[in-house]
Parts: sequence; C-alpha cells; structure tokens
Amino acid sequence: MERIKTLTTKTLNGCGECQKVGNQHCNN
Amino acid sequence: MVHQFKNNGYNIVLDVCSGSVHVVDDLVYDIIELYQKKTKEDIISELAGKADMYTFDGSSGQSVEEQIAEAYDAVKSLSDSGQLFTEDEYKNLIIDFKKRQTVVKALCLNVSHDCNLACKYCFAGQGEYNGPKEIMSLEVGKRALDFLIENSGNRKNLEVDFFGGEPLMNFEVVKQLVEYGRKREKETGKNFRFTLTTNGILLNDEVLEFANKELVNVVLSIDGRKTVHDSMRPTRNGKSSFDIILPKYKKFKEGRKGQYYVRGTFTHFNTDFCKDVLTLIDEGFDEVSMEPVVAPPTEDYAITEADVPIIEEQYDLLAKELLKRYEEGRPVNFFHFMIDLEGGPCVYKRLSGCGSGTEYLAVTPGGDLYPCHQFVGNSDFIIGNVYDGIKRTDIVDEFKLCNVYAKDKCRDCFARFYCSGGCAANAYQFHGSLLEAYDIGCKLEQKRIECALMMKAAMADIDAARGGSADISVKMKNAENCDNSSDCESGSNCPDPESYTYSMR
Repeated sequence: MERIKTLTTKTLNGCGECQKVGNQHCNN
Repeated sequence: MVHQFKNNGYNIVLDVCSGSVHVVDDLVYDIIELYQKKTKEDIISELAGKADMYTFDGSSGQSVEEQIAEAYDAVKSLSDSGQLFTEDEYKNLIIDFKKRQTVVKALCLNVSHDCNLACKYCFAGQGEYNGPKEIMSLEVGKRALDFLIENSGNRKNLEVDFFGGEPLMNFEVVKQLVEYGRKREKETGKNFRFTLTTNGILLNDEVLEFANKELVNVVLSIDGRKTVHDSMRPTRNGKSSFDIILPKYKKFKEGRKGQYYVRGTFTHFNTDFCKDVLTLIDEGFDEVSMEPVVAPPTEDYAITEADVPIIEEQYDLLAKELLKRYEEGRPVNFFHFMIDLEGGPCVYKRLSGCGSGTEYLAVTPGGDLYPCHQFVGNSDFIIGNVYDGIKRTDIVDEFKLCNVYAKDKCRDCFARFYCSGGCAANAYQFHGSLLEAYDIGCKLEQKRIECALMMKAAMADIDAARGGSADISVKMKNAENCDNSSDCESGSNCPDPESYTYSMR
C-alpha cells in the first residue's frame, strides 16, 4: 500500500536576474 | 531538519534543507517523528503497541511488525537518498555573504510624497513620510534611472516601482520617466520592468492604456468589505473611498492586459479577514493579496499575540475555500499561499531575501536614497542621493550581512528558505536591530507556508482525480496549441482559454 507520496524532491538543490521570496519563480 | 505537520487531513513532511515535500500516512508520520530518537526495533515495538491507530494491509500476508518495518525502511530509503533529514550545507555560505559584491537591481521611486487618502495604518504617515508634501521632478526621476543603470553592473533586468504617497498624483512625470527609461534601454541594453502601486482614486482610461503598454504589474489597494475598507482608508475629508475605487478596479481588471492584483491590509479590527478575501473574489478579482498590518503595539488596530490563533484559523479556512474554487475550475491566486516547489528561486536568493539596502533602494522626491521604502523618513537611514551616489557604505554593509544565518531566530527555523529572514524594517521597528525578527510576523509566515504546502498536496489530488497527472509545476500556457508567444504569461487573462492550463504557483 502507498504510504508515502512525494510532491517534490530537492527543491533547493545566483544568476542575479531574479526580480510589497518563497513564492517567487526563477532561469531555473 | 524535518518539519512535519497535519492540516486539512494531510500529513505533510518538509525536509527543510533539501526542499523535498512528502505526503505520508499516519504510520510513516509517526515513524519519522521517532526516527532520530529511537532504534528501528524500539520504533517497531512502540508503534505495534498502538497498531489500531494505523492502517495495515490485511491481505499482504505480513504481520503488523513486518509492515511497520517495511514503512521504516521506506523512510530510511528517503533519508539515504537525501530527501529526509538532509544536513544543512548552506550554513557556510554566510562567509561568502560578507564578501559578496552586490549591484542595485531595483528602485522604489517615491514620485509623490502626497496622497488623496488618509489611511489610518499608513506607514508613510498619510503619504508624506512625516515630512513636507512634495512630488518628484522629472529631473530627479531621470537621474534616479541613470543611477540605477550605472550601479546595476551586468544585471540586465531592472525594476522600478512607482510608489508614494499616491503616484498617480504625479502621473505626467511617471509617463515621462517611462519614456526616458525606454530611450535609455536602447542605449544601454538594459530592460526596465516598470510597476505601479496605487490607491485607485485617479485610475482612468488613460492610466489603463498606459499600464497595458508599459507596466508589467499594477497593484490596486483595497481592503475587502466596504465597511472594513472605509473604516481604515477614508478620503482626506473622511468620506468613503470604496465606492469610488471599486467600479474603477472592475473596469481596470476587465481591460487589463498583463499582471495586476488587488492588495488589502487586515488589522486587529478584522481578524475575520477571510471574508474580505472572499468579498474581493466574489467581486471578480482572481489575483488577490491580503496582508496583516504591521504597527506599533500602541496602535489600537495593531495585530496582537491574542489575535494570532484566530488569524491562523482564518488562513486554514481560506485555504479550504480556495481549494473549493480550484476544484470547481475557477482558481484564484492568493499571494501568501503561492509557493513554487519546482522552479523557485536559487539558494543564494533564498538566503538574502528582498535585497533591501543592497539590491533594492528607495528614492525620495528630492533624490535621497534609503535602504527601502519602509525606512523613508528616518534620516538615520539616508545612505546617499541619486546625484552623489551611495555615501553611507557602513549602512549598506549592515544590510549586506542580513541573511537567515545571521539571525538567531531564523537559523534553525523550518521556514527559513521560504521566508528568507523576514522584513528588515519590521525587525528594526520592533527590536531596533536588523538582525532580529518580528515575532508575530514569524508565526503568521510559518502558518502560511504550512497552508501553501497543504494546498499543493490537495491540488495534486484534485488534478489526479480529474484524470490528469498530478503535475504541480507552473503551467502558464500550453504553447503547442496557442498562436501566441511561447513565453506568454497572460495567466488567467489568457485570450485563448481552450489551450490554457493553470495551476497555482
């Protein structure tokens, strides 16, 4: 039985061009 | 470090230092909680003793103990593959922070220190920043854009927000500055991204046309319900501003080509702010932000510690309401629940936060430079001016050191890679130090991140139930079926909804 569902892995793993930060979107 | 929590029927496990996010059942949830404290044998023995709390596969032929051992091994596998209990390899980056060379990337251009509203909670003292009423001249504005270009190094994209006060009280200069910026783009190869933050009183067709042509984003301030809005955002003569701006905002939204959002502030007087968000949604807005006021505790509208659990409940309620709308096919983007699990910012950005004082500066109508718009009016923080450049490098160095590992409260916080250490101005306002953290703000940010992660899990389930893959990545446009540009970001304003696929970032 499925006990673990992984939504994402290794999110964390600068180019300086990113932009009133966790919700920001990156050249990624 | 692992952060685990339960929300809306989901057991969520965040592996803080890898960014991995897992949704697990009750058994795995409890195994993870014990994993670093007890041996495998002890965990199996302890959990088998309360086996009636968990779900087991009766047809597997395995005993309860064997199934717990199997679940334990799955947790160990995640740990071995760097998706659980990951060590923090970023702490050493703090050394680099002290040496890093920064460039100026963005300016908040206070084109007006005057306002046509008298908002009670305004950090800028009704727009005047505790100084005289004044507006920025074209000459100062041009010099500010030149200063930005000169101090931006190799950075191509430069942001300029027209702010105030009320920037549309100086609309002629705004238009001329954008025209000047476009001219300078051709000469320098830079790309200006202009934005506007307005209270809406002076919105008209000309502003809409200008915004569609020149502004990548427009923020429209409105607090939700009419009674709530008018109690905090009256006109200068104490009348309602809600009735003036709402029809203008609706018209603006209908005609807007590009990003916009309505942005409100909630206070101690409307901790039931979920109703205000839903009011704005019901009025037809699908890009919404609603933020807690930050004010000294001496103000009667300030958020108090006693308000925190009430606000946390409201965030839970709002998350469920937004999920309901998502399931019904009418998604709404609530900015505080945005979290990008696939294409978010790099670690460097996550550690350094908003860039105030180094990458982001505010300019007053007279040309003085401040670390950000929140510090304007406090002369201790004037770091230079657009003519002579940055003179107070000591202040800039203080801001340069601002990062999550320089702050005691942030160093071991599960939210550090999403919050980035919070607002320096708030920390200074409440504690007199840039390296502190505004405690109520921390609690609310942590709650918002938990809600955002829960929503990701729930939306993945909704997508799967629809028969699609549980793809949680940003999908702004299905370019294959669209005649428009492949890098289109028209979002919910897509003119070709047949090919439009959407999921909340």
